[in-house]
Amino acid sequence: MIGGQEEVNETRQTGELSRREWLTKIGLLLNGIAVTVLAVPILGYLISPILGSERGKYKRWIALGDVNEFPEGQTRLAKFDNPITSFADGDTDHIPCWVRRIQGEQFQVFAVNCAHLGCPVRWFPQSGLFMCPCHGGVYYQDGSRASGPPPRGLFEYSHKVEAGKLMIETGQLPTLSTTAKLMARSRGCQG
Amino acid sequence: MSRLRQIGEWFDARLQLAGVIRESMQHPVPKASASWWYVFGSAALTVFILQVVTGILLAFTYVPSAAEAWNSLQYLNHHVTLGWFLRAVHGWGSNFMVALVLIHMCQVFLFGAYKYPRQLTWILGVFLLLMTLGMAFTGQVLRFDQDAYWGLGIGASITGRIPLIGQQAVHMLLGGPIIAGATLSRFFAFHVFLIPGLLIGFVSLHLLMVLKLGINEWPMPGRIVRKETYEREYHELLKKDGIPFVPGAVWKDMLFSAAIIVAIMACAAFFGPYGPTGYPDPTIVQTIPKPDFFFLWLYAMLALLPPGMETPALLIGPVIVIGFLILLPFLSGEGEKSWHRRPVAVVTLLFVAIALGTFTKLATFSPWSPIMDGWSGDPLPVSFLNGRTPLQRQGALVFQGKQCRNCHSIGGSGGLRGPALDSVATIMTRDQLVRQVVQGGGNMPAYGKNLNPAEVAALVSFLETLYPPNRPPARDASQAEMKQVAAPTPAPNH
Repeated sequence: MIGGQEEVNETRQTGELSRREWLTKIGLLLNGIAVTVLAVPILGYLISPILGSERGKYKRWIALGDVNEFPEGQTRLAKFDNPITSFADGDTDHIPCWVRRIQGEQFQVFAVNCAHLGCPVRWFPQSGLFMCPCHGGVYYQDGSRASGPPPRGLFEYSHKVEAGKLMIETGQLPTLSTTAKLMARSRGCQG
Repeated sequence: MSRLRQIGEWFDARLQLAGVIRESMQHPVPKASASWWYVFGSAALTVFILQVVTGILLAFTYVPSAAEAWNSLQYLNHHVTLGWFLRAVHGWGSNFMVALVLIHMCQVFLFGAYKYPRQLTWILGVFLLLMTLGMAFTGQVLRFDQDAYWGLGIGASITGRIPLIGQQAVHMLLGGPIIAGATLSRFFAFHVFLIPGLLIGFVSLHLLMVLKLGINEWPMPGRIVRKETYEREYHELLKKDGIPFVPGAVWKDMLFSAAIIVAIMACAAFFGPYGPTGYPDPTIVQTIPKPDFFFLWLYAMLALLPPGMETPALLIGPVIVIGFLILLPFLSGEGEKSWHRRPVAVVTLLFVAIALGTFTKLATFSPWSPIMDGWSGDPLPVSFLNGRTPLQRQGALVFQGKQCRNCHSIGGSGGLRGPALDSVATIMTRDQLVRQVVQGGGNMPAYGKNLNPAEVAALVSFLETLYPPNRPPARDASQAEMKQVAAPTPAPNH
């Protein structure tokens, strides 16, 4: 140990690269390469939730139920299983939504998540309002904002009627940044 | 005894730790710093150790799966011997730990202890505070109940407000597209491995610096901190007035820590464990999510901020606050330490404390939220129906049935979202009441589409009766004039 120290001092003085120092640098380099290579699968593993959404594979069309389950002029709570699930979800992949059947095949399907901060809004048919229990957001029956802190109306799912079934496009928790496109398309459909 | 000593020496010959431990125990502290004011940091460390121990014990039973977590907590509460008590100690311990870290920070701030040369100790302390809050939030998530589920929803909604990468950030936070099994798993990893690991490392460095740099001396007005002279002055103080930490100061730390542990156990025994509240099934929308105590101030702020300021406040606010805390020792690294000579510091601290306290207090009864069952759970007091005409009573029925009371209180019960209506007739005329009901405004929804003209007429005639006996109802002077002209008869008395 003491000998090694002396040798290091010696090389420092002479300014030459000793064999040991050279090998140390090779060792550092090899470890650096190994760690860099290892970082690729680690990063891939870590950002896998993003990779999924980039390819748009979180969104699917699913059937909410028979059109006739939803009486005209009423708004009802419907439940569906999220298209993307895993073995450990328990009941958390059962997702609710508010279905408003205006008339005929004219529908609006709202996320229960308040556009403010995502708490579950409740429908009050007597006053025709959705109310949020968290920070006091209130929406009209067509989902537009009535009062309180929400920056916009309720999130809407794109929907269509196919073979007597009400279908919605869903798959991810609606937030201000995950649902903007969804909203625009749903507006387009209604024309 | 000599046998014990032999064993001890055998170990120390190999570990060589006795010297370091003895040195640490006997490091000198200024006599005035061996004070009851200096016990909060050590108490926070004690509670952290308690949290680690109880946390490991809970992990013996807890199942970190969205399908089983809630059941495993019920099992802990009701089936495992003293499982409820350990859950309660861990839950109350977390409250005490957040409180102690905050008190410790206030004390350090007031005593100017963040100044030269202890800037890095303070900065590590800021990270320790953030990690403690991180533990509190992730711990709330691990108690996987309805509050946890919707709390995650709020976290995701805040994250979703980040511009450009909001969606990616939400999916990273949740570990997938929705709040589900993957979400709980990653919060488990954060709560049990990542943050505690960092905490242990940061606490060790924090403590090491306290030992190496010495505990802050008692601040005296006029004793100015200067980089050039501070270390010399501090060592002179130690020489003149220093006492060894053990036994000079340690007994206060020990007594206080013991009192805190007893207090946590007492709270745990009397109040029991937190929840879990309702089963985490998102299709149960009949729930009123609320955060744990130490996040109530945030819950209140999110309700009270003007909508336009919310996203900037949520995204930039934390950067400013944390940035200020980290920069503080560089902004005022020298100068006065005593609070007698730092009025701005004292006022700032009082302002923050009063603001947070007020927000927390408000959040305990959340006056900004409609009371979801105000209309169905709270009958209208009979005194508001006595002596009313059939039309007015019909109006009272509309008032109750259309959920008006979810937001408006009457007779002392009902929501606080809108104004109390006990004497609304003294400030609004009939026409104004009709307009307000039909068009809404001032944060009230418009009811025009959901009330037919007959209902509006009935509702407004009921509202017109809402004035106290000693105050006359509001009158529209011009209308009265018109009536006089049209039919000059005396108005019937009420």
